[in-house]
Amino acid sequence: MWRIAIKMLMGDRSKYFTLVSSLVVVSFLFLQQGSIFCGLILRTARPVEVVGAPIWVSDPQLRSVDESKPLLDTDLQRVRSVPGVKWAVPLLLQLVSAHLPDGNFQTVRLYGLDNDTFFGRPKMISGNGQLLVQDQAVVIGRAESEKLNNPKPGQVFEMNDNQARVVGIADVPRDFFSYPFVYASYDRALQYAPQQRKQLNFVLAAPADGVPMSEVTRRIRATTGLAAYTEQEFRWLTMGYYLKNTGIPISIGISLLMVFLVGMSIVGQTFYQFALQNERYFGALKAMGTSSATLTKMILLQALLVGLVGSGAGAGLGGIFGLIAGGQDSKIAFATPWLMVVVSFVAVIAICLLSALISIRKVVKLEPAVVFRG
Amino acid sequence: MANGCDTENGTHAACLRGVTKLFGVGTTEVHALNHVDFNVHTGELLLLVGPSGCGKTTLLSVLAGILDATSGEVDVFGTRIDQLDQQEKTQFRRDNIGFIFQQYNLLPTLTAAENVAIPLLIHRVEFEEAVAKARTYLEKVGMADRADFLPSQLSGGQQQRVAIARALITEPRLIVCDEPTAALDGETGKMILEMFRSTALTGDRAIVVVTHDSRIFPYGDRIAEMLDGRILSIHENEFASGHTSDGVKEIVQ
Repeated sequence: MWRIAIKMLMGDRSKYFTLVSSLVVVSFLFLQQGSIFCGLILRTARPVEVVGAPIWVSDPQLRSVDESKPLLDTDLQRVRSVPGVKWAVPLLLQLVSAHLPDGNFQTVRLYGLDNDTFFGRPKMISGNGQLLVQDQAVVIGRAESEKLNNPKPGQVFEMNDNQARVVGIADVPRDFFSYPFVYASYDRALQYAPQQRKQLNFVLAAPADGVPMSEVTRRIRATTGLAAYTEQEFRWLTMGYYLKNTGIPISIGISLLMVFLVGMSIVGQTFYQFALQNERYFGALKAMGTSSATLTKMILLQALLVGLVGSGAGAGLGGIFGLIAGGQDSKIAFATPWLMVVVSFVAVIAICLLSALISIRKVVKLEPAVVFRG
Repeated sequence: MANGCDTENGTHAACLRGVTKLFGVGTTEVHALNHVDFNVHTGELLLLVGPSGCGKTTLLSVLAGILDATSGEVDVFGTRIDQLDQQEKTQFRRDNIGFIFQQYNLLPTLTAAENVAIPLLIHRVEFEEAVAKARTYLEKVGMADRADFLPSQLSGGQQQRVAIARALITEPRLIVCDEPTAALDGETGKMILEMFRSTALTGDRAIVVVTHDSRIFPYGDRIAEMLDGRILSIHENEFASGHTSDGVKEIVQ
């Protein structure tokens, strides 16, 4: 009877098209909204990702990479002295105001990198990153550089009344706040950042060969009293902060709920119409000896089939949208982890199955004697 | 079952005793069937006639096991179907009853052959095998060249012939038909009834036809008249022999 069920479904082209197109839209919107949510949240951790440090050490009260809770300069030496730490370097990370040549001001994310290694400097696109050793030298990130009027190597702007001269452009993707990224040596960054009693924000470290990362972070915490995270942990700490403290989850969640409800109502109504229109045929099948269980399985098969086709096509459409509108350089934050595809698929199948229940209830309660009614 | 009914040894196909069917409750209560006693012989084509609302279709539904009687006994080929649960009744219909409907009820998205194959598919026969067998039954009703047509591409008479093939394909022992010629012109209606007699009616099988169509009365072996949920009389092919009862004459006129 499976083939009969499929032919019943696909033979009614208008209903089939309505069902599938509704589910394509639901699947696409689920993926699109979900991917934008994931994209936004992932971008909050971008300032961590671009550094590429195995271990981040910070003030224990710090809740995200965007908070500034300075450490003592001596904390760097304390981390370096922890057994199992291969190396440790300082990182200054602050938001500072840049004064542009056209008179405008622009907030930038300033990274002060270790004077000797420049650890954390992204891959260069143009210019020479080694020139950071020069006085007043800065490297700027590619993303959002238009906010600094797309400076070329050699051009200058000011931060904290100190001149900054661009020596290169680095490959940096957009972050959540869309601030331009500016890199300088640690000592130079101290001059660009507003003066405070303590300036060091983070200590970046790496484990010695053969020592597990988790063991090293545990030792740093125990020895120094500071917080120590693996890169993954620190990314999640930051993303968790924005998940808890912004309206993004609830806003996107409401959108997804609306998509689910609208999809449910359209698909449910279409399925119900399908059951109504086929009532006498279902009645005939019942009269001829088809059990309610078999009819239920036939309807579930129809629901699963439109669900698979709809979610597949919707996922494809979402993928195309992502390729066109997404990407690390796009202003649209768009990221589609495999879990998002699974969630979208489950949502569409749930809509189909819930809608099918309406039909199943109708068909199971249907008296076969209906076939003899004119 | 008593009262001369013998469904177990093949004399009778079905026997109904004291069958009552009530619809509604309280002031809206309607006796669709009122203590009906009724036998169907094997090897006969029985016509059920009567005015609209007299209970013909209700009786047919109870006889076919697609509607539960409120009270009374329904014996079909030795099985008390009034004592079966819904699952057993479904299985009984699948194995013993063939249906022909006024509106044919052919699934519009299936070809004629696929429609005819449905009862076999319900019996879990493989699709290809079922459709192949359906083609042989379509040949029997003169529809071999229309096997791959959709119902919408067939005339009313052709659709009813497909429906007959569908009702016959599992060789059921009892075939019930509700107004099988109502939507057909006179000639096609007669042709359908002739086909019933030639292809469906064998010695151990019975056909019960509910009809208003006087043109097909000559094709019945017996005619049962109904009025207000009761069987008024059952006549031996009297319309064909010219001994039609007043009730039947009234219907004919």
